[in-house]
Amino acid sequence: MAKPAAIIGQIILYGAFAAFIGYFATSPTYKQIPDDVALIKLSMSHLGGRECRKRTPEELAKMPPNMRAPLDCPRGRSDIKLVLELDGKPMYETIMQPTGLSKDGVSTVYKRFEVKAGTYRLSAKMNDNLVNPGFNFVKEAEVTLQPAQVLVIDFNPDKGGLFFQQGRKG
Amino acid sequence: MPVLRTPPNVSLHAVLRGNAQTLFESIENLLDGFFGGADNPLRHLGALGLFFLWILVATGLYLYTVLDTSIEGVYNSIGYLSQEQWYLGGILRSLHRYASNAFVLVMMLHLLREWAYGRYHGFRLYSWVTGVPLIWLAYISGIGGYWIVWDRLAQFSAIATTELLDWLPFFNEPTARNFLMPDSINDRFFTVLVFIHIGIPLMLILGLWAHVNRISRVDYLPSRRVMLATLASLLALALLIPAQSQAPANLAEIATDLPLNWFILFIHPLTDITSPAAVWALVFGATILLFALPFLPHPAARPIAVVDPANCNGCSRCHVDCPYEAITMAVHPDKAGHKIAIVDADNCAGCGICAGACPSSTPFRSQERLVTGIDMPQQPVDAMRHQLEAEVAQLFGNTKLLVFGCEKGADISALAARDTAAISLLCTGMLPPSFIEYALRSGVDGVVVTGCRDGGCDFRLGMQWTRERLAHQREPYLRSLVPMDRLHVIPASRGEGMQLAAAVQEFRTQLENQTVTSSRPPAYSRRRI
Repeated sequence: MAKPAAIIGQIILYGAFAAFIGYFATSPTYKQIPDDVALIKLSMSHLGGRECRKRTPEELAKMPPNMRAPLDCPRGRSDIKLVLELDGKPMYETIMQPTGLSKDGVSTVYKRFEVKAGTYRLSAKMNDNLVNPGFNFVKEAEVTLQPAQVLVIDFNPDKGGLFFQQGRKG
Repeated sequence: MPVLRTPPNVSLHAVLRGNAQTLFESIENLLDGFFGGADNPLRHLGALGLFFLWILVATGLYLYTVLDTSIEGVYNSIGYLSQEQWYLGGILRSLHRYASNAFVLVMMLHLLREWAYGRYHGFRLYSWVTGVPLIWLAYISGIGGYWIVWDRLAQFSAIATTELLDWLPFFNEPTARNFLMPDSINDRFFTVLVFIHIGIPLMLILGLWAHVNRISRVDYLPSRRVMLATLASLLALALLIPAQSQAPANLAEIATDLPLNWFILFIHPLTDITSPAAVWALVFGATILLFALPFLPHPAARPIAVVDPANCNGCSRCHVDCPYEAITMAVHPDKAGHKIAIVDADNCAGCGICAGACPSSTPFRSQERLVTGIDMPQQPVDAMRHQLEAEVAQLFGNTKLLVFGCEKGADISALAARDTAAISLLCTGMLPPSFIEYALRSGVDGVVVTGCRDGGCDFRLGMQWTRERLAHQREPYLRSLVPMDRLHVIPASRGEGMQLAAAVQEFRTQLENQTVTSSRPPAYSRRRI
């Protein structure tokens, strides 16, 4: 090919290479959720309860002195039941199982729920020891979600158990 | 609607691969018209990828030195480069981003091209298998790099990646919990991230060393023209569309309308429209498929080179010329003070370049059975000499031509005629230059040597070594008594038989019109013992 034509061809081809890189480096833009949608994230990591039995004095007497723990606790942890309701309607329900081969680890859950922005009555109920009936942790609140806002449902014993957390939108 | 039909006994994979090879060859030949073989980027994708990697390393070192690894500092220090120091840090940041995109692009093209050319089994198994993990390392490094900026795009990628990872049963607690709210992460996260973003590329470089470990004369860099042109392209891009941070990450809200990098972060939208299970199935499935590909049924491997100790004088030319480091030199068992070539069966491509390099492969030797130092069982030099003598003896006409071709290049069988002999070789690189002199002195008026285009040799170096040998730049030399105007080298890829025929006809016309002024070297008739 004649040299000028080859040079022009090279410029066009290298230009096309740069244009290809430049375009797909930022385009097309990606919209993960629609404009009027907010996000509720359920995320918790909690150790389920367990039923401990008090050892009798006779049992303790038979044990070596350095191992006389007053309570006999099984290694395994209870499953955890969790129920979410939005405006009184069921939103999510799960039984979280403990991790670990001996079922002695934390029970975890992570879920995302896309909801229309607006005000809702949000309720979370949890039972972390299924030997007992009902729910030993309950959190209910009216929440207002702005578009693209994130609300987190989490559990922390130091914060009183179940809690809802909303950050400030930028 | 067209239906893809496969011929009997040919797998669908073979048909797909063959079509892909034809497509690559067509594009490469087209681009050769603009760039020439040596400067055709498509023929040097591996070297081009390495060049982009060095750009990444160089620009990354600068970015690392100015990075503040606190949560706010990381965003501000990178933003400072683009806003206040656009003339240096901003350009380097943009180069870093665009070079990473270019690296991923050429890496995937390199993978596709090597597959299309069938370069993934047999003696290439090692290079193929060691290349597959590099794709993982490149993507892990690339995705992590986007997190360091800690803008809305980084936030999106971090959450999407951890949600994807959490689908795997590896983690005790969901890793996505680290990105629940703004107070979920701390400064040390970025310290760890930076070390990962440096550590993974270091592993990548180590992996690349292993990847090219079994080939000799590795193209660590493309030609200077290609480097300058691609660097100029990326620089222009950096100036025209400088890389910018998005708004700072805010975990209290979802990042929307993101200017996504589709080269690296495409996996996130893919997860959104499918599911984590589907994406992992695709990723692990593709990885397993790539690893398994070399072990699928393939044509039997070529016979490998065989050394004849009595005729090997330990000159090391085959060792130097072998493109795959398949030949080592050891102490000769029979000749004191001499060495002998040893062929590694796993690495030998069966190309015959070693036979072309051997000084004993000269047809002027008088033994009835020509035995050379290193030879190919499927096409020994003795058979080549017999074929040459037989075919030249049958030539008839005013201008007799002999064409040496390459079975990987353009098919030369159609050129055979009463006045033209055609000898196809395993690779043009297995042609000892003395055969050209032998042909001319046996009565041929002109010799054509054809093989793959520059940069397109199926055995990497065959055509390059041939050119250098014929140009008296590489041993074994073509002797200077051979008139160069009676020798014509024509690069022609597979499928370029028509162009080759036209070029041969043009050469014949030159010889017939006496444009060629030299006389043939003196006639020679082999003394037979």
